[in-house]
Amino acid sequence: MAHETNHDYHILKPSIWPFLGALGAFIMLFGLVLWMHDRGAWMFAGGAILVAYVMFGWWSEVVFEGNHGDHTPVVRLGLRYGFILFIMSEVMFFAAWFWSFFKHAMYPGGPEQPAAFQTYPPEGIVPFDPWHLPLINTLILLCSGAAATWAHHALVEENDHKQMVRALALTIFLGLMFTCVQAYEYTHAHFGFSGNIYGANFFMATGFHGTHVIIGTIFLFVCMMRAMRGDFTPRQHVGFEAAVWYWHFVDVVWLFLFAAVYIWGSSGVAAH
Amino acid sequence: MADAAIRGHDAHDRRNFFTRWFMSTNHKDIGILYLFTAAAVGFVSVLFTVYMRMELMAPGAQLMCMEGMRVLPSGADCTPNGHLWNVIITAHGILMMFFVVIPALFGGFGNYFMPLQIGAPDMAFPRMNNLSYWLYVAGTSLAIASVFAPGGANQAGSGLGWVLYPPLSTHEGGYSTDLALFAVHLSGASSILGAINMITTFLNMRAPGMTLHKVPLFPWSIFVTAWLILLSLPVLAGAITMLITDRNFGTTFFEASGGGDPVLYQHILWFFGHPEVYIIIVPGFGIISHVISTFSKKPIFGYLPMVYAMVSIGVLGFVVWAHHMYTVGLSLTQQSYFMLATMVIAVPTGIKVFSWIATMWGGSIEFKTPMLFATGFLFLFTVGGVTGVILSQAAVDRYYHDTYYVVAHFHYVMSLGAVYAIFAGIYFWIGKMSGRQYPEWAGKIHFWGMFIGSNLTFFPQHFLGRQGMPRRILDYPEAFSLWNHVSSIGAFIAFASFLWFIGVVAWTLLKGKRVTQANYWNEYADTLEWTLPSPPPEHTFEILPQRSDWDHGHGH
Repeated sequence: MAHETNHDYHILKPSIWPFLGALGAFIMLFGLVLWMHDRGAWMFAGGAILVAYVMFGWWSEVVFEGNHGDHTPVVRLGLRYGFILFIMSEVMFFAAWFWSFFKHAMYPGGPEQPAAFQTYPPEGIVPFDPWHLPLINTLILLCSGAAATWAHHALVEENDHKQMVRALALTIFLGLMFTCVQAYEYTHAHFGFSGNIYGANFFMATGFHGTHVIIGTIFLFVCMMRAMRGDFTPRQHVGFEAAVWYWHFVDVVWLFLFAAVYIWGSSGVAAH
Repeated sequence: MADAAIRGHDAHDRRNFFTRWFMSTNHKDIGILYLFTAAAVGFVSVLFTVYMRMELMAPGAQLMCMEGMRVLPSGADCTPNGHLWNVIITAHGILMMFFVVIPALFGGFGNYFMPLQIGAPDMAFPRMNNLSYWLYVAGTSLAIASVFAPGGANQAGSGLGWVLYPPLSTHEGGYSTDLALFAVHLSGASSILGAINMITTFLNMRAPGMTLHKVPLFPWSIFVTAWLILLSLPVLAGAITMLITDRNFGTTFFEASGGGDPVLYQHILWFFGHPEVYIIIVPGFGIISHVISTFSKKPIFGYLPMVYAMVSIGVLGFVVWAHHMYTVGLSLTQQSYFMLATMVIAVPTGIKVFSWIATMWGGSIEFKTPMLFATGFLFLFTVGGVTGVILSQAAVDRYYHDTYYVVAHFHYVMSLGAVYAIFAGIYFWIGKMSGRQYPEWAGKIHFWGMFIGSNLTFFPQHFLGRQGMPRRILDYPEAFSLWNHVSSIGAFIAFASFLWFIGVVAWTLLKGKRVTQANYWNEYADTLEWTLPSPPPEHTFEILPQRSDWDHGHGH
């Protein structure tokens, strides 16, 4: 900081964000427990607002530091490592949901369980036809992945910010469309979330994926704003690169969901 | 590092108390925060165990009564309060697993010494490092709140066991269990962020010339541990999210009547839970290697095999989880596989144990307190490892499952393994961290009290398990009373030594002899932290270390 150094690492000043963020997380989760036990959502809402405020403040600071020369090449490499590791942990989070799906799809309930649950999908469940809206959504998401790559190419190869923003806008638009189609599909489900393992597997796996799509869309939106401001150069654009990686990760998870939860999860029964 | 020494004087620390400890972006300060918090939580958790051993000292219920908790037995009527017992064992397990040992070894020593030993000026993400710490505090607060919140059996707290198996965990009343689940979520998020930080620091910030095969063993152990955390804890997060939705939103992941499967939870939990065991012990391996090498005055024997043994323990840790579940009805094929895979882990573990012995062999051994703890670790961890091989046999485990034999086994590897490693680390480095040295005689008294106490506590539990005493109960037949009595006396001795330890640390920090040298042991303590003044200045390695500072041409 105040001293001369011979390295390019980023040594940071003290910061209040981590403390506030953890405080917000504590309030939010304690409030969520109270909310789930019918004691009102106020505490949860307060905590969530604090967490959102910390995210905004903290990441604004990171953007500021990036724009003011703190992100040297070695720091950028570290940020990339960090983000890839974060995505790896996310992959393992989805492993749990796929585990539950595969278990129940391969080994449905035993003879002690209600007869309806001895097959997968369970008797009486009418799953979605994968070749209908889910297929369209697959194409939408794949197109948005291609658009994200277009944006990346526009920046790295052409240094054309106008084209990059256009491509990002398309990516975001397709992402929003995916979310809308998914929401529409949810409201037309012929099976419930509670009381049966099919709904639990389906809604939790696709629901967490949907949450990630929304997060990724916001991430891309922030990158579009920054691209319009001219934050990115062909050599320095870690935030944008991370957003694109995240988007591709969400894409790949969807392909597995489509193959497993939708196609396998509806095979052998009448779908709608 | 004459340079850093000069800096230590001119760089006057101008941060006020709040800025330094609540807004820290300094890996050394955050490491110290971790160590003190883990010690405080550890003290609470140890109090629980003392209370448990007081109850178990004699057959029948004496202290945990429906009529109210008692501190001392009295003649009044006592109806056993099983829920209270269950709450206490659950809190003991959750606190020790998530909020004491990992924060002390990975968060505390990992933060303080991993960057120093690789010559990095700080962690890769110093602000996120502090977020890890405060999320850990937030998680601890939720865990403690869970003990007092309305829970099962119309009492406070959840009595589930730390593994949180459904259907018990999905049907326990109140909201205590939900608080405990979110506590684990926060601790998990904290550890994952920490792991990302550690891996990135290790890969990206090593001193010039320090290739992977030249990194000291402690940073290597933290690196391996970080990978285990990164890949296993998110899976646990999935499992406890399923518990939360099963409890609150009517999903049926683990509810047989809705097509779900409680055994699925056990699989997912142990897919995390077995790597967790190595998350706890592997940083200890790193510390023990440095201590043994220093006090045997020899470079560590077989540096590369030591590294790759840790890596292979980490990899194998992911493929043995169902050996915790031999009795749930696994097929014979599955049991055979998990049994063989488990036994394979004895090979890299054996490489480590024999390499430590070979390091001591022919060395000029000096039994300072850290070395006593390291030697104790070596002996007792091996005892725990050997009973582990016994338990790994599916046929034998039929009889030992859920008996005190298992309790004895995992306390030998954890209470006498990981915790001894923590003590070894504290005595080894306290002079470096505080600038004051502990009184050697006092440390030795702590060691012997702890050694006698903890062995007296846990060794007889092997006998109890062989006699068939089940774990997780507060009452037992007359036939088990002798060894329970002995075990309780051992626990009291160990507790007394723990109080003594707190006194030793307090005395050291306030009145201990000032440390004047950078390296107060000997030239075999040759990693980079020993080139810095004690305590190190606020910022270290602003001028990156020269290769000659750390590459001594032996051992690596």
